[in-house]
Amino acid sequence: MISCRDFVDFLMRYLDRELPAEERADFEQHIADCPPCHVYLAQYEDTVRLEKQICPDPEGELSEEVPEELVAAILAARQRSVRGS
Amino acid sequence: MDMEHREATDGVLSPSDEAKLIDALRAGDGDAYAQLVRRYGGRLLAVTRRLLREEEDARDAVQEAFLSAFKAIDRFEGQARLSTWLHRIAVNAALMKLRSKRRRPETSIEELLPGFIEDGHMADPPQRWREGADTLLARRETREWVRGRIDELPDSHRTVLLLRDIEELDTTKVAELLDLSPGAVKTRLHRARQALRELLDRDLRGKQA
Repeated sequence: MISCRDFVDFLMRYLDRELPAEERADFEQHIADCPPCHVYLAQYEDTVRLEKQICPDPEGELSEEVPEELVAAILAARQRSVRGS
Repeated sequence: MDMEHREATDGVLSPSDEAKLIDALRAGDGDAYAQLVRRYGGRLLAVTRRLLREEEDARDAVQEAFLSAFKAIDRFEGQARLSTWLHRIAVNAALMKLRSKRRRPETSIEELLPGFIEDGHMADPPQRWREGADTLLARRETREWVRGRIDELPDSHRTVLLLRDIEELDTTKVAELLDLSPGAVKTRLHRARQALRELLDRDLRGKQA
């Protein structure tokens, strides 16, 4: 039998499917028996989904404009380094 | 979604166009350098903005990343796509900038982790959120809200969360970049997610009160 503390400690390993079969079964039994840990698991998974969406879709990011003054600064810095070398 | 899959869908140059661009860069063609910066600069700026809180630092890191890439273009072997290679260089530049900044006072991660009573039960059992991730994700302001809460995490944990969950680098790569063991990266990622859950929970509980 595992405690809520063990549950929280090993939660990521459970979600990453890194727990051996026997421990996984204990873990799943705990989820079924313990409503607070059931809620905690759902919130942990929701948190991961929410944080992963702060990255906009890659296509959107690719088309994100780079400020023209930054382009100019980068190209000017390159010119300086080419001249200096 | 892993980086390789991301590249297959993000409309980057075809391998042959990429090879032409690299040849032009190696030949010192000024237009090719401008094309590289315009094509990939926005994406790199998005990466450095996530890792660095200040816009000026994010722009500096992009500039440093491109200058490093220009110097190293002869050594680019084409095993990774150009966008992956530039992404890694930008992450490195942002981490160097982060290290050079004076650390600001930050919340201890311990304060954001669940507490337990002696028998191993949670000291403050979580209450179900009225709205799940799907509902929250449908709102435009959610992104800013989550982003703001990620920024409140201590840097040591925030960086791991961003590199693993957002930039989608694997544990080994993050361990190498941050000079940590893979086990330490996993522990920090788990703690960062728990701490973020706590910060989101405080807001959501407040709304439901």
